[in-house]
Amino acid sequence: MSFELELSRGWIGADLAAEFPDLALLQVSMEARPGKTPPPVKERLREMSNRFTGGKAVQVRQQAVPWAYRVFFRQIGIDPDERRTPVEAAALERMRAGAFQSTNLLDDALLIATVETGVPVLAFDRDRVQGEVGLRVAQAGEQAPYPLRGGEIVTADEAGPLSVLFGEPNPDRGVTPATERMLLAAVQVKGVPDVSVEEALWTVTETLGAGA
Amino acid sequence: MALQLLEPVLAPADERAARRSLLDQIAKLEGELAQLFCTAFPRTGFEWGVGSRGGPRLLSLGELERVRDELAERLQDNRSTLSERTWQEEQKRCLVEEMLLEPEEHRWERISNAEIGEPGCKHWHVRPRYGLIGMLVGWWRVVISSGCPLAKGRGQSAAAR
Repeated sequence: MSFELELSRGWIGADLAAEFPDLALLQVSMEARPGKTPPPVKERLREMSNRFTGGKAVQVRQQAVPWAYRVFFRQIGIDPDERRTPVEAAALERMRAGAFQSTNLLDDALLIATVETGVPVLAFDRDRVQGEVGLRVAQAGEQAPYPLRGGEIVTADEAGPLSVLFGEPNPDRGVTPATERMLLAAVQVKGVPDVSVEEALWTVTETLGAGA
Repeated sequence: MALQLLEPVLAPADERAARRSLLDQIAKLEGELAQLFCTAFPRTGFEWGVGSRGGPRLLSLGELERVRDELAERLQDNRSTLSERTWQEEQKRCLVEEMLLEPEEHRWERISNAEIGEPGCKHWHVRPRYGLIGMLVGWWRVVISSGCPLAKGRGQSAAAR
């Protein structure tokens, strides 16, 4: 499958942009429904499991892109050894379970993109997102999905937070079996090249396309 | 909530430079710590965690300084631990060579892979050839184990064997 993605850049709150000038949220909308993982995607996961050995898992944190997310985690007050970056969490789970486990088409697509590019991708229900999506600092009392103290970094639209950054999306904004259009967003931090982020989004859309 | 209502809290310009410098230092230290982690693997007994600050959120200048200081401290501790460990491993490697050259001088000595900083379950063991006879006559040799035991499940197939 070959197609051009219509990527757009989300807004970044002024205080976040001042602190992290290279922070960006690249996003793309597509028509896709969640569902069961088709055999070709399962096969891809199996091949990926075979290629992803213990040695590679140990070296992950030294690779440029996963390292950039580790640094960003540190800079925003998360210990990446306590709460793993998405690619390290996937690597650890691969070692624990013996393979990358298939769950459903969307989660598998996000997993493949994360492991192959190191870039975490978030997915929301496009029809339940209002206006443009971006990153900002939360206000006290906002829900994401639990009440926030204020000061947390969140992905948000014009109506409010969609999720705490790198956390699970609000149940009323995330993808459900009824979803017909998805909004895929990738957080780009300092040290992560544009091409990696584009590849991550392209990988998810391509994988979701394979299930259509 | 409309976005216009959210008032950004921007740091003053002089603090901005200090914050930028701290963020760069944290990045550098994190890189060095990641490198050290890979060098130290598969050795165990290292502490890699640096306290979380309840993120994701923008940290204050003081918090950034504490993250930087803790990373530097962790790096220093682990570097000295690794240095000490590699020195001990070097001594053990020399001992393995001596055991191979003169096994009778190192009777019953046993060195494992872990002691020389290598993965796996292999070990070198100085034992007498032919058991008691070898002990009495002084025929000693180094026996190298065949590695880790094969993985066997405890399920039905294992029981059937």
